[in-house]
Amino acid sequence: MLNKTLNISTSPHIVKGVGTNDIMRNVVLALLPVAAFAVYSFGLSALVVLLTTTAACVLTEHFLSKKTKNGSTVSDWSAVITGLLLGLTLPPNFPVWMAFAGGVIAIALGKFVFGGLGYNVFNPALVGRAVLQAAFPVAITTWFPAFGPERFSSFSVATFTAPFMEPATDGFTGATPLAAFKFDKITTETSDLALGIISGSTGETCAVLILLGGLYLVARNMMNWRIPVSILLTVFVVSGALYLVDSQAYPSPVFMLFSGGLMLGAVFMATDMVASPITPAGVWVYGALIGLLVVVIRIWGGLPEGVMYAILLANAVSPHIDNAIRPRVYGTQKSKLVN
Amino acid sequence: MGLFNFHKNTFKHGVHPPEHKDETSGLPIRQFPFSPLIIVPLSQHIGAPSQLVVREGQEVVRGQLLAKAGGYVSVPQHAPVSGKVRKIGNVPTISGKMTTGIYLEAFPASSQEVLEGTPIPLETATPAQILQGIQDAGIVGLGGAAFPTHVKLKIPDGKTCDTLIINGIECEPYLTTDHRVMLEQSDDIFMGIRYLLKSTGAKRCIIGIEANKQDAADYLTTHLPPGEPVTVQVVPVKYPQGAEKMLITSLLGREVPSGGLPIDVGCVVVNVATTAEIGRLLPHGRGIQERVITITGPGVKKKGNYLIPVGTPLRYVLEQVGAGENISEVYMGGPMMGVAVSNLDISITKGTSGILVFTENEVKRPSKVYPCIHCGACVDACPISLNPSQLGILAKFEAYDEMAEKHNLLDCFECGSCSYVCPSHIPLVQYFRLSKGIVRKRKAAVKG
Repeated sequence: MLNKTLNISTSPHIVKGVGTNDIMRNVVLALLPVAAFAVYSFGLSALVVLLTTTAACVLTEHFLSKKTKNGSTVSDWSAVITGLLLGLTLPPNFPVWMAFAGGVIAIALGKFVFGGLGYNVFNPALVGRAVLQAAFPVAITTWFPAFGPERFSSFSVATFTAPFMEPATDGFTGATPLAAFKFDKITTETSDLALGIISGSTGETCAVLILLGGLYLVARNMMNWRIPVSILLTVFVVSGALYLVDSQAYPSPVFMLFSGGLMLGAVFMATDMVASPITPAGVWVYGALIGLLVVVIRIWGGLPEGVMYAILLANAVSPHIDNAIRPRVYGTQKSKLVN
Repeated sequence: MGLFNFHKNTFKHGVHPPEHKDETSGLPIRQFPFSPLIIVPLSQHIGAPSQLVVREGQEVVRGQLLAKAGGYVSVPQHAPVSGKVRKIGNVPTISGKMTTGIYLEAFPASSQEVLEGTPIPLETATPAQILQGIQDAGIVGLGGAAFPTHVKLKIPDGKTCDTLIINGIECEPYLTTDHRVMLEQSDDIFMGIRYLLKSTGAKRCIIGIEANKQDAADYLTTHLPPGEPVTVQVVPVKYPQGAEKMLITSLLGREVPSGGLPIDVGCVVVNVATTAEIGRLLPHGRGIQERVITITGPGVKKKGNYLIPVGTPLRYVLEQVGAGENISEVYMGGPMMGVAVSNLDISITKGTSGILVFTENEVKRPSKVYPCIHCGACVDACPISLNPSQLGILAKFEAYDEMAEKHNLLDCFECGSCSYVCPSHIPLVQYFRLSKGIVRKRKAAVKG
C-alpha cells in the first residue's frame, strides 16, 4: 500500500526560476566588456581604480550585512555592480585611497542607511560619486589621456597618492569633449565619441560597448528598455530643438548623446531597478525627466556634465511617480490617484 | 469602449509557464478501474452539504440518489457504483476539514449499469426546468471551482445574457482533460450548448480554445451543427486565460466590472467538460457519477486521461497509475492554482480536474527570499494590472486595509502569476490570499 508522508505547499507550485542573484550577475557580465575597454584604453591606472572600488563595495557590504539575521548578502552580486559602476564613473587617474573611500560611502551611505538591497532610494554608486565630487572637486575633474604610450607599464602619478594628501598632477592632463565644448566651444568627432577614442571617466567612453551590454540585458529581460530609450530620446529631441534654434551656441544632438556619461548613465545607472519607477507609464516619465535635466544642467548649469545629478534627482521622485501614475486596474473606470 | 480601444484577441499581461501538455494530450480517455471501496463526501462543492437519503447497510444501484441537495446553493450526490453502503462517517477533505461521507462497497460482479431517471426533454423544457434538471444531476463547475452550475446559470432579474461562452481554454500546465473532452465528446458538448442556450436565452455561443489545442478547435469547427449559432474562437496561449474575466476580455473585448459577474457584461461562462456533462446527463435524467481527470507528472508511471468514478480514494488512484515512494507532492488541479494534498485518504471529487504528482526533483524550490528589487516582473505579469510589488510590501507591514482600499486587493483572483515570475521568490500570491481572508473577516465583523 502506498504510504507516504507528502510535503505540502501553497500554489503556484512552479516558479520561473530566474533569481535576483541571476539578474545581478548578468548585469556584472554586461559591464565586463565596458570595464575591459576601460583598462585597454587607460591602462593599469584604470584597472587599479576598478579593482579598488569593487573591493571596497564588496568588503563594506560584507561587514555591514554579516551581523544581520540573514547573514552576508555579498552573494547577491549587487555590491559588485555598485563597485564596478562607481569605478567606471571616476577618472582613470583617480587616487586609490579616494576611490576606496567612495566605495565605502556608496554601500554604507547609499544602501545600508536605507536598509540594504531593495530599499535604497538612490543609485548607491552615484551616491558614492556625488560625495567624492563634493569632497575632491579637483581630483574628480582631472582627466587622463586615453591610449597613452606607457599606460601598461606605469601608473598615473596620482594613483598612489598617500591618503589625505592632494594628488600630484600629470603633465598630460586632457579635457573631456564636454568640457572642451562648454568652455572652449570645440566639438569632437562623433565616431571618436562612439568608439571611445577620447578622454573621460574610466568607463563612460565607449558608447558602442555600453549599448551592447544594454542590449544583452534587454534580450534576457533583465533591464527595462524603456528607461534608456526615453532618456536618450528626450536628450535628442530637446537638444535637437535647441540646435535648430542656434547651431553655434548649442551642441548638436548627436554630440549630446555620445559625450560624457550619458550612455553609461542611461543604460546602467538610471536602470537601477530599486531606484526607478515600476509601472511602464511611470518609467517613461522618469526617463523623460532625466533627459530633460541632463540637457538643462549641461547647457545652462555651471558643470559640463549633469547625468549624475539628473539621475539622483529622478531617483528621489520615482516613488512619487509610482504613486501618481498607476495603470488602470481591470474592471475599474480609471486609475485612482492617491496622495 | 472608446475609439482607441482595439480588441486584441487576448487580455493584458499574463505569463507563459512551460506547458507539459504533450505528455498526455495524445492519450484518449480510458475507463479507470472501480475501486473496491468508494467514499462519497457530502460536501464536494461550494455551498451547503448534501443531505443523506440512504442508510447504512442499504444496497444502491449506480446512479441512484445517495443524498439530496441541502438547499439552493447545493447539489445532490449519486452512487458512483452499484454496491452496499458499508458505513456513513467522517471523511477527510483536501482542505484538512472533516465532512460526512458515504462508504460504498462495490459489488464485484456487478455490470455497473447506470440507473435511468426522468429525462429533461430539450424541446419542451422551460429554462427553469433545465436549471432544475442541472441541479438534480448534481452538476458543479468541473474546471475546478465546483460551484453549483444551476446557480451560475440563473440570470438575475433585469439582466440579459447575449453570449454564452464555453470555456475550453485549459490554461493550467500539464492538464489535458478539456482537450480530450473536446476531441472525444463533441456531441455531448453540442447537446449541452443547446440546453444552455435555452436556459440562458443567449443569442449566440462561442467556444473559446487556446492555440495549443488547434486539433480540438479544428475538430469542433468541422462538426459544428449546421444552423445553430455556435462558433469556435482560437486565442493565443497565455496563462491565466481560463479565468472567466480574462476569457471574456479575450473573446469579446469586454471587461467585467470590479466586484461584478460575467452577466454584468451580458455573458455566462461554462466549462467545456461541464457542458458535455449537461448534454450527456439531462436527456436521460441521470446524475453525475464519474468525470475525466488528467493524471500526470514525473511521479506517475501510467500518465493519462481517465474516466474515474467520483469518490475513488486518491491512494487507490495513485497505486493504479504507479506512483512510487519517490513522490513528494501531489496536487489536485494544475501547478499554478492546484491545491497540495496532505492526506492520501481523501477522495476524488467532482471538482478534481487533474492530479499532478511531483517527485523531489521538481519541488526543489529556491530557498532564499531576496528583498523586492522593484524589477517590475510582477507588474508585467498581473492580468488585472495590480501592483503586486507594492501590495507585497504592504502585506509585510500588515497594512491589509490599505491594500484593499487603495490597491484593489480584493480584485486579485489568486492566479499566482506574480509569485511565478518573482526573481526574489517573494510569496506574493500567498500573502494576498491571507490578506484577502483577513480583510473579509474584518468586513464581516464590522457588519455583524
